[in-house]
Amino acid sequence: MRKRTAAAVVLIAASLVAATAAARSVHSTAPKEVTAPTKLTVWAGWSAGHELKVFKAVVAEYDRKHPEVAINVVGGIDDNKIVAAIRSGTAPDVVSSFNSYNVGNYCGSGGWIDLAPLLKKDNIDASMFPPAPRYYTQYEGKRCALPLLADDYGLYYNKKLFKAAGITHPPRTMSELAADAKKLTVRDKSGNIKIAGFDPVVGFYENTPDRWIQAFGAKWLNAKGNSAIGSDPGWAKWAKWMKSLIDWYGYDKLVRFQAQPIDEFTPSQAFETGKLAMNFDGEWRVAFIHNEHPDLDYGTAPMPVDDAHPDLYGSGYINGTIIGIPRGVKHQDQAWALVKYLTTADHPLAVLSNGLRNVPTTQSSLNSKEIVPDAHFSTFLKIFAHPKSGTSPILASGQAYTNSVQRFFQQWQAGKVKDLNAGLKSLAKQLDAQVAQAKGGGGVP
Amino acid sequence: MSQQVVAGTAGASAPAVPLRTAARRRADWRRRRLVLLLMSPWIAGFSVFFGYPLVMSAYLSFNHYDLLSPPRWVGWANYHYLLRVDPQTWVAVRNTVWIICVAVPLQVLFAFGIALLLARAKSGAGFFRTVFYLPALAPPVAATLGFVYILNPATGPLNTILGKLGIQGPLWFQSPHWSKPALVGLGLWGIGNTMVIFLAAVLDVPQHLYESDELDGAGPLQRLRWVTLPSVSPVILFAVVLGVIQGLQYFTQAYVAASIASGQASQAGDTLNALGYPEDSTLFYPVLLYQHGFNDFQMGYASSMAMLLLLVSFAVTLVIVLNSRKWVHQAVPR
Repeated sequence: MRKRTAAAVVLIAASLVAATAAARSVHSTAPKEVTAPTKLTVWAGWSAGHELKVFKAVVAEYDRKHPEVAINVVGGIDDNKIVAAIRSGTAPDVVSSFNSYNVGNYCGSGGWIDLAPLLKKDNIDASMFPPAPRYYTQYEGKRCALPLLADDYGLYYNKKLFKAAGITHPPRTMSELAADAKKLTVRDKSGNIKIAGFDPVVGFYENTPDRWIQAFGAKWLNAKGNSAIGSDPGWAKWAKWMKSLIDWYGYDKLVRFQAQPIDEFTPSQAFETGKLAMNFDGEWRVAFIHNEHPDLDYGTAPMPVDDAHPDLYGSGYINGTIIGIPRGVKHQDQAWALVKYLTTADHPLAVLSNGLRNVPTTQSSLNSKEIVPDAHFSTFLKIFAHPKSGTSPILASGQAYTNSVQRFFQQWQAGKVKDLNAGLKSLAKQLDAQVAQAKGGGGVP
Repeated sequence: MSQQVVAGTAGASAPAVPLRTAARRRADWRRRRLVLLLMSPWIAGFSVFFGYPLVMSAYLSFNHYDLLSPPRWVGWANYHYLLRVDPQTWVAVRNTVWIICVAVPLQVLFAFGIALLLARAKSGAGFFRTVFYLPALAPPVAATLGFVYILNPATGPLNTILGKLGIQGPLWFQSPHWSKPALVGLGLWGIGNTMVIFLAAVLDVPQHLYESDELDGAGPLQRLRWVTLPSVSPVILFAVVLGVIQGLQYFTQAYVAASIASGQASQAGDTLNALGYPEDSTLFYPVLLYQHGFNDFQMGYASSMAMLLLLVSFAVTLVIVLNSRKWVHQAVPR
C-alpha cells in the first residue's frame, strides 16, 4: 500500500512536471503577439492601364518584403486632388505628381514636408540624382520632393515613310527637319494634309515652348532672375523657324489635320498610325508603341537643333514625376522608407523603367544591369545623360509661367502677333509680374 | 406674474393694458420662434453655402492665399493685378461680353419665336412641345460632347454633309472665329426651359385683347407688336436677366468644349493648358477665375475676380431692371 501510495505520488509528480514542461513548451512555441500592419496609401498620376499596373507591381513587391506595412496604390491623381486632400487633412501617406512645375507651390507652402532632415538622417546625398531632376524637385533650396523616373524628349521617325521619301537618316538640324518635313508631307487634291511630315504647332501633343527651346540653347532667366525671353535671341529664332514651317503647311490645314480622331494617349495617335512621319515626343511612347502597334517600323533620335548650335545635338529637355510626403502624414517613418526605396534603390527604378520605359533617375540606376536593352529607348537614356540637357525654371507661379509662354507662341503661330520682338519683351515683363503676384506682391516685380 | 402684482398696485384701471401687452409680446415671440423654426433649414443652407463663402471670398480677395499656406494680407494687390497688369483679364472680359451680347438676344428671340409657333400649332402641339423641350434635359457636359463630335471639322457629320455639297465646313471649336458661334448654337439648341416659360406666357394672353384688335383692323404683326409683346414683356425681362447672369457665369460648356477640341484631356497632370482653346477664344471670365484658383493655386487672386464678378452682376441686373420700367408692361397701374 505504502509502495502503491509512493508510486502514485511519483506518478502525479511526474505528470505535473511533464504537464508544466509541456505547458512551457507550448508557451515557448506559441507565436509572438502579431501587430496589424500599418496601412499606407500612395497616390500616383499614372492612369493608362499598363502604366498603373507596372507601378502597382513594384509597390506590391515592396509590400511583400515588408510585412509591417500594407500599401494601397491609387492611380489617376492630379495636383488638384493632392492640394484638396492636404487642405482637408485627408492626404495619403505618399503623393506623386507628373507636374514638377508645381514644386514651388508644394515646397514654398510646406504642403509637402521638407525631406532634407530625412535624407541627412539616412546619409543620402542628393547628388545621387543627375542635375536636372535634382533641380526640379526643390524650390529655393528647400527639397520637398524626390525624382521618381524622368521624361525626356526626342524625335520619333517612321522608317518606312523615310525610305519611300528617299531620306537616309533622321534630321540633325532645324533646316534638315523642315526640309524632311516638307518631303514627307502628303496632301489630297484639296491641299488637305493626309500625312504630315512633322507638325510644329505649339499645343499639339508634346509641342510646348519649354521642350522646344532646349534645341535653340535659349535662356529662361537672366542673372537677376528675371525673364530673359525678351533679350535672348534664341526665343525669336525658334519662333521664326516654327512660323515659317507652319506657313508652308497653312495654319488652318494643320488645325484641320489635328482635328481628326488622333488623340495623344490612344492607339489612334497620329505617329503610331502612320499619319505623322516624324514626331517630337517623350520616351514613354516607346512602351505605347510596343503595346499598341508593335509592328510599326520606326526609329528614335535626339531632337534636331538650331543650325548655329550643333554642339547641342544629343541633348534634350528633361522633367519628370516627383514624389513626396504630404503635410499631416500619419505614418511618416513608413512613408519615408517607401519613398526612399522607390527613388534611391536601383531595383525598383530599373523595373519601373523597363515597364514604363521612363528614364531611371539616379546616376547608379542609369547603368543598372537590370535595365532591358532597347535600341529605341537607349536614345533617351543618352539624352538624359547629355551634359547640355536641361529643364525649365521652378518658380513661385508654377505652371502658370510656362502656360503664359505657350499662350504667347500660340498667338504668334496663328499670326496674331505683329511685332515679335516687342511681343517677347512684353511677355518677359508679364512673366516677371506674374511671379511677383504669385509671391503676393500684386504683380510689381 | 410678478409684473401683474406690480402693475396691480399702481391703480385699478392700469393692469389691463400691461397684461394685454405682455400677452401680445408672448404671442409675437411664439410666432417669431415658429417662423425661425420653419425658416431654419433655409437659414442654415444660406449661411453655410452662401453667406460664409461670400464673406470668406471677400476676405480672401485681400489676401495672398495659395490654398496650402495660411492667407497673408496684401491689401488691394490682387485687384491691382487683376485690373492693371493681368493681360488675360481683358481677353476674358471681351469674350464674356461677346457671349452676353450675342447669345442672350438670340436665345430670347429664338425661344419666343418657337413659343409663338407652338402656340399656333393646330395639331401635334404636344409632340412638338416635347421635341423642342427635350434638349433642355441633356446634361450640359453630355450636350457639349455631342456638339463637339457633330461639329468635328474632319470627321463630324455636319462638315461631312457640307463636304458632299462641295462646301468646306468651318473648323468650329478648333477655330477662334467659330468657337463662340458654335457655343451659341449649343445654347440655342438647349433653350427648352425659356421656351416653355414663353409658351405659357403667350397662351396666357387674354383672347379678348386679340379680338378687340382684330375689330380695330389690326393685322398679325400689329397684334404681335401691340398685344403679345406687351403681355409677355415681364417674361422677356425675366429671360434677359437670367440670360445675362448665366452669361456672366458661363463655364461648363466652354471648359468641356476647349478640353475636348484641343485633344488634351487625356492624362492626369497634363502640362498643357487647354483652357480657352483655341487662342483664348473660349476663355470666359469664370473660366479664367477657375484657372487662377484651381490650376494656378492663387485662390486669393481668384477671390478678387469673384468679388468683381459679383459687383458687375449686381450692377448689370440693376441697370436692366431700372431700364425695364420703360418697356415692361405693368399689369397693375402704379
